[in-house]
Amino acid sequence: MPARTLSEKLAILSDAAKYDASCASSGGQRRDSRDGKGLGSSGGSGICHAYAPDGRCISLLKILMTNFCIYDCAYCVNRATSRVERARFSVEEVVKLTVEFYRRNYIEGLFLSSGIIRSPDDTMADMVRIARTLREQEGFRGYIHLKTIPDAAPELIDEAGRWADRLSINVEMPTEAGLNRLAPEKDAKGIRKAMAEVRLRREASREASYTGKRKARFAPAGQSTQVIVGADAADDHAILSQSTNLYANYGLSRVYYSAFSPIPDASKVLPLARPPLLREHRLYQADWLLRFYGFEVGEIASRGMLDLDVDPKLAWALENRAAFPVDVNRAAKEMLLRVPGFGTKTVQRLLAARRHRTLRYEDLAAMGAVMKHAKPFIVAAGWSPRGLTDAAALRARFAPPPEQLSLF
Amino acid sequence: MREVVLPVIGTVAAWRREARALARAGVRPEAVVWSVGAETGDLFAGGPVAPAAEGRELRLPRAAIETIESALCHSDPERFARAYATVLRLTDGTVRWGDRSDPAIRRILHQAKAVRRDIHKMHAFVRFRELPSDRPRRAFAAWFEPEHPIVEAATPFFARRFGDMDWLIATPSVTARFIGGSLTFTETLDAAPPPEDATEDLWRTYYASIFNPARLMVRAMQSEMPKKYWKNLPEARLISELIREAPRRAAEMQAALPTEPPARRAQVAREMARRAEVVPVVGTLEEVKAQADRCTRCALHGPATQTVFGEGPQDAALMFVGEQAGDTEDLSGRPFVGPAGQVFETALQSAGVECRGVYVTNAVKHFKFVPRGKRRIHQRPDAGEVEACRWWLDLERRHVRPRLIVALGATACAALTGSGKDLLRRRGRIEAAGDGTPVLVTLHPAYILRLPDAAQRAAALAAFRADIALAAEAGGGGQPGGQFGHQDQHAQPADHQQHEGRRAAHDGA
Repeated sequence: MPARTLSEKLAILSDAAKYDASCASSGGQRRDSRDGKGLGSSGGSGICHAYAPDGRCISLLKILMTNFCIYDCAYCVNRATSRVERARFSVEEVVKLTVEFYRRNYIEGLFLSSGIIRSPDDTMADMVRIARTLREQEGFRGYIHLKTIPDAAPELIDEAGRWADRLSINVEMPTEAGLNRLAPEKDAKGIRKAMAEVRLRREASREASYTGKRKARFAPAGQSTQVIVGADAADDHAILSQSTNLYANYGLSRVYYSAFSPIPDASKVLPLARPPLLREHRLYQADWLLRFYGFEVGEIASRGMLDLDVDPKLAWALENRAAFPVDVNRAAKEMLLRVPGFGTKTVQRLLAARRHRTLRYEDLAAMGAVMKHAKPFIVAAGWSPRGLTDAAALRARFAPPPEQLSLF
Repeated sequence: MREVVLPVIGTVAAWRREARALARAGVRPEAVVWSVGAETGDLFAGGPVAPAAEGRELRLPRAAIETIESALCHSDPERFARAYATVLRLTDGTVRWGDRSDPAIRRILHQAKAVRRDIHKMHAFVRFRELPSDRPRRAFAAWFEPEHPIVEAATPFFARRFGDMDWLIATPSVTARFIGGSLTFTETLDAAPPPEDATEDLWRTYYASIFNPARLMVRAMQSEMPKKYWKNLPEARLISELIREAPRRAAEMQAALPTEPPARRAQVAREMARRAEVVPVVGTLEEVKAQADRCTRCALHGPATQTVFGEGPQDAALMFVGEQAGDTEDLSGRPFVGPAGQVFETALQSAGVECRGVYVTNAVKHFKFVPRGKRRIHQRPDAGEVEACRWWLDLERRHVRPRLIVALGATACAALTGSGKDLLRRRGRIEAAGDGTPVLVTLHPAYILRLPDAAQRAAALAAFRADIALAAEAGGGGQPGGQFGHQDQHAQPADHQQHEGRRAAHDGA
């Protein structure tokens, strides 16, 4: 077989990496290269340098080091028994691609993942070498996200955390049983232990030692994970419960949801029907409600599955109309956050403004509220929803119109 | 009327100077005509001068200055007049900064937001091309067309990011140059994009491969990467074909026959099932620990990270049993490493007991909690969970065979003696476990940490330390081979229950 060119390898190994949803490049340590001695900057808000027609942003060079893999996870395009083409980058090739793309302002940094070759330790050691070369030889100060191999040795995880801004380990499935069925070589407990390890190291690196000197930062942009939605029978309640647990247990920055998408050369173990992409979107919305709006899993996913027709906050408001209408001039912050159409920023502005004056209906739109959603659920000076809050047809105002099913 | 002409480069700074001077001179906002670059020849420029108002110094909140200066980078020709009128009103206190019901302020906030977005898009969509260079620093150039005059505001970002190379970003009006570490601006004379760069082919390869045809969402792409930017993006020429081909590629993936799972899968699954089976427990303490690691005897294993098994020498004379694994213990997999563990450790040290010489474990080996945001709130294990976990505790006891067990807190006490009630009265006493092993009852260090009153806390801590000292005596200082039963009165808390305690211990032994 003739050796593959860099371009062919790039095509294979970026194609293999596209099912990882994470694209964040924000947060972490502030660095720049104004001193003229290195390349790149990071910290602050992330930048999406391009968007693909699938609507996903391209912020990092997202590639696999290799797509050879000894594991056989049914949902994965790179599983050992899949018939996809295989390739492997050398350390120098990944470094060169990252630096050249970065210099042309195509990317914010590198997101490196890999299939498992030989052993978890060997694979992780190669990935760490790439990150080290970028930082030490190239003086690269951009963003690096390393996917951690759960069973790798602690020294390797430790070194990975020193070079990378973010580490991530995918939990893959919402339940342990699902993981055992679809990814028999992976071990849910092992994955959780690895995440616990990362959290402990992060916390240790943030404590100043008794001399007052700060230790080297460990994964300053935190850790994240990804869950595949729709490849097993777990419902949204199970998925969101797991996320709540992961945020609390391991202080994750993000849980990414990836609607299981058809892959070339799919395995027969997988369900035939793909989940609607909307389900993934609703899960992200619910995830935000859990983290920033004070909702609990039991409230928004009480029926097991989230409502696909209306967003979870609106669905909650429609089910709990007794709590509405809310007076925007008097209500507590916790209640304002539950009004559909009010975001966290809108609520902040509302609270700041009502210290000075009474808020009128017209003011709310200027503060960023989506009045179409908020209208039936609020009272403001010059506005009362009267019977609208309790109207039987209220849901129909928001849900997509019913469609006639095909008769043939 | 007064006409103020601002320069193309340094517009914002010039406006700030002019606005200060005008305000000091008491010039009314309606009496000024603002323009950039050249005089507009405004029809009213030569008109009568409006009567001056009272002169004043401008005083503004910091947040207002930043936002107004951002809004001044907007392309709206009215922005200078609006900003001048607004800073006068803010100085006079006739309007509050941030009041969105005021049309001028709302407009300024909107325009500042539009400018910030344009700057952000410039940071994202500038594409450098490499130029031949005879100097040690590599040289790059880019052509970009922003919507607003933002070059001066947006380019310091590139200076911070690409500090080790020379670069140039040309826009239709202003060109930014970064040569040898210094950033300069000039008006653009030559409006030609730099020649193509071979790396762009690699970039297009990446762009085409990272796209997933099974989830086409063109609208989402266009809202973030509007078409107006496409002509200067090397990857944009692929977009139309990627969109056209996507349905066919997705359909092909869907139609392709799924691959049979290999026989190996079934074998691995069987292997996993076998591992999960609860094997009747035999063997060494290490083997028991390995089995406990996969324990599913109660529901607590689900949310927790791992089983926190006991630690210490297998021939330890003293065994300490706590309530349950806490937050830190759950993460690290080791008992007594959290804040309560530290209290415990100091108490051991002050009693002269070698920490490594004792066996420490918990009545419940998984952490029970409820999640609250990024924290976990400790929950007390219930009787069922304690009972389920007693299986492991009994095994630990059978292997270690301690001379004395110290029950820290009510849960441990319940697991060892069958009752966790009335702890404060029972503490300091030596009772007997079901099989007769003496059990010294004491407080849990976490209980001491949670006491709100400092005096109460000090008293509880003293009692706890006294109990540990008593345990050290009774257990022979935790050293194997120590004598049990050699308690001296002075090492014990002055407690009238001591005699009963000692008798119970002797009976148990």
